[in-house]
Amino acid sequence: MKLKNIAVVYNKERTDMLRDRRTLFNMLLFPLIMFPLISTGFSRLESRFREKARKEAAQIMVLGAEQAPELAGKLRASGKFEIVPTEPDYKQRISDKKLRAAVEFSPGFEQALRGAGAQAPGVTLYYYETEMRSEMAVHSLEEIVGEYRKDVVQGRVAGHGLPAAALTPVVTKEQNVASAEKVSGVRLGAIIPYFIIIFCLVGALHPAMDLTAGEKERGTLETILASAVSRGELVMAKFLFVLTTSLTTAVISLASYSLTLKFAPSASARGVAKDFTAHFSLQSVLMVFVMVLPLAVLFAAALVAISLIARSYKEAQSYTGPIMMLAIVPAIASILPGIELNAKLALIPILNVSLVSKEILSGSLPWGSIALVFLSTSF
Amino acid sequence: MIEAQGLTKIFKDKKRGEIRAADGVSFKAQPGQIYGLLGANGAGKTTTLRMLATILQPTAGTAKVAGYDVVDDPEKVRASVGFLSTATALYGRLTAKEFVEYFGRLFGMEEAALQKRIDEIFARLEMNEFRDRRCEKLSTGMKQKVSIARTLVHNPPVMIFDEPTIGLDVMTARTIVQFIRECRAQGKTVIFSTHVMSEVEKLCDTIGIIHNGKLLAEGTLPQLRERYGEQDMEEIFVKVVGE
Ligand SMILES: Nc1ncnc2c1ncn2[C@@H]1O[C@H](COP(=O)(O)OP(=O)(O)OP(=O)(O)O)[C@@H](O)[C@H]1O
Ligand SMILES: [Mg+2]
Repeated sequence: MKLKNIAVVYNKERTDMLRDRRTLFNMLLFPLIMFPLISTGFSRLESRFREKARKEAAQIMVLGAEQAPELAGKLRASGKFEIVPTEPDYKQRISDKKLRAAVEFSPGFEQALRGAGAQAPGVTLYYYETEMRSEMAVHSLEEIVGEYRKDVVQGRVAGHGLPAAALTPVVTKEQNVASAEKVSGVRLGAIIPYFIIIFCLVGALHPAMDLTAGEKERGTLETILASAVSRGELVMAKFLFVLTTSLTTAVISLASYSLTLKFAPSASARGVAKDFTAHFSLQSVLMVFVMVLPLAVLFAAALVAISLIARSYKEAQSYTGPIMMLAIVPAIASILPGIELNAKLALIPILNVSLVSKEILSGSLPWGSIALVFLSTSF
Repeated sequence: MIEAQGLTKIFKDKKRGEIRAADGVSFKAQPGQIYGLLGANGAGKTTTLRMLATILQPTAGTAKVAGYDVVDDPEKVRASVGFLSTATALYGRLTAKEFVEYFGRLFGMEEAALQKRIDEIFARLEMNEFRDRRCEKLSTGMKQKVSIARTLVHNPPVMIFDEPTIGLDVMTARTIVQFIRECRAQGKTVIFSTHVMSEVEKLCDTIGIIHNGKLLAEGTLPQLRERYGEQDMEEIFVKVVGE
C-alpha cells in the first residue's frame, strides 16, 4: 500500500463529495439545523401549553355541595376551578371532555365528620384517565381534599389535648449526596452520547454507499479499477474518508447542540446550558470522542464493507437499513434509566460506548470500564 | 506487446447457466501496430479486453501485456496500459481537467510533468473549451475525449480501446481514429474492438474475428481477402461467422 495513492484518492473523494448536495446536507446542514429547530419547536410548545394551562380554570361539577358546605367553599375559594351548575349527565360530559372532573360528597358528609361516627364520610372523584387535563384537575381536587383532611385530623388531635407531634412519631428526611455535576451530568450525559453515535452513523451512511455501490452503478468503479491504484489502497482511502465525514458530522452536531442550548429561548433549555458549560469540561467531551472513535471506525468499516457487496445505491440502502436498526437500538437502550455500566454490558458494542460516555459526562472516570470498552470496540 | 494465451472467461448466470464469454482466445499484438478485434454484439470483445486490462480474472489461460502477466502482475500491467471501454465512466462531479489529473497522480506522475502532459493532450484533442466544465455536463463526444485523455495521461506503451467511436458523430470519430493512428506512429501497441467494418479496413494492421467467445479467423486484410476470396470486409465477416 502506497500512502501517496491513498492520499490522492482521499483528496479526490473529498472534492467529489463536497460537491454533492446530499453529502452537504447530511454532513453539515442537517446536524447544524436539527437542534435549533427542535429547540425552538419545543420552547414554542412549552410556552403555549403553559399559557393555556394558566388561562384555563378546570370546569368541574360539585355534587351534593349542601352536604359539605365548608369543603365546597374551599374548592370555590381555591380559584383553580370553574364550578358549573350540577347536571345529572356529568359522567357523559367528562367522557365527552366537556367537563374535566366531578366531586360527589356522600349524604350527610359534614354531619358524619363532626359526629366522628363509625361510618367515615366519603368523597368520590370522577375523572377520565389518560386525558391529561382531567387528570390535572383531579390532582388539584385531591390536594385540596387532602389539606382539608389534615386540618380535620389536627383539630381532633388538639381536641383530645395531644401535641401535634403525636401525629408524626417518625420524621423522614431525604438528603441528596450526588454532586450537582453528577445530577445534571446524568441527565445530559444520557442524551449526548446517543446523539453522537446517531450522528456518526448519519454522517457515514451516504458517503459509504455512494463511494462504493454508487460508483459501481455509475460505472466509475471500472475506470478506477483499470488505473494504477490497488484495491487495498482504494478501499483504505474510501474508508478513511467515510470515517472523516462520520466524525465531522458528530462534531458539528455536538457543537450545534451546545450552541443551541446556550442561546435557547426557553428557560429550561438555558438551565440545561448552564449545567452543560458548568459541568462538562472540554476534557470530558474530548474523552467521549476518544471513546466514540473506535465505534466510528466500526461503523465506517461495516458500512463500506456492506455497500461494497451491493451493485447499486438502492441495494446498498436495503442492506444498511438493518445495520442502522442494530446500531440505534443499543444507543437508545443507554438512555433508559437504571441501565448502568457493568463488566458484561461493557462487552456489548455501541451500548457500552454509550454507557461509558454517560459515566464520563456525569463526572466519574471509570478507568477499568473505559479500557474494557475501548478494547472490545477496537477488536 | 500483447500476447494472449488461451484466455477463457466463464460467467455463471442463474438463468442462462454457464456462459463462455471468451473461449481459448490466443493472439499477438505487436508494438507500432493496431490489432482490431471484430465481432457482433455479445461476441466476447469487451470480456477479452477487460481481462487484458486486469479488470476481470481469466477463468483459464493468461496473457502477457507489456511484458507482465495479467494474472501474476496485475498492478504492473495496469501501469503500462491505457484502457477505455463503454463501461469506464467519468466522475460527474469532477471537471475534465481534475478528472485527467486524478488518474495522472494515481500513476505517480510528477506534478510539473503532469500539467505539461495535460496541456499537450487537451490541445491535441481540442478539449480546452470544456477544460473546467464538470464531466456530468459534457456531451457524449466530449466525454469520450476526456476518457481518451485519461487513458493517455501516463503515456502507456499499450492502449486498449473498446469501441472507442461508438455513438460519436463523424467529425469526432475521425479525430479519435486519427489519434489512434498517432499512437501507432509513436510505437505503442494498440488493440481495439469494433463492429464497424470500415474502421477495421482503414485502421487495422491485423484483424481478429471473434464469435461466441472464440477467435475464428486472424490475419492482415490482404491475407483475409485471399483466404476467403472476398474483397469486402463485411462479406469476409459473414463468411467467417457463418461457417
Ligand atoms: N458480468 C457478466 N456476467 C454474466 N455474463 C456476462 C457478463 N459480462 C458479459 N457477459 C456475457 O458474456 C457474453 C459476451 O459479452 P461481451 O460484453 O464480451 O460482448 P461484446 O462482444 O463486447 O458485445 P457488444 O458488441 O454488445 O459490446 C455475453 O453473452 C454477455 O451476456
Ligand atoms: Mg462490448
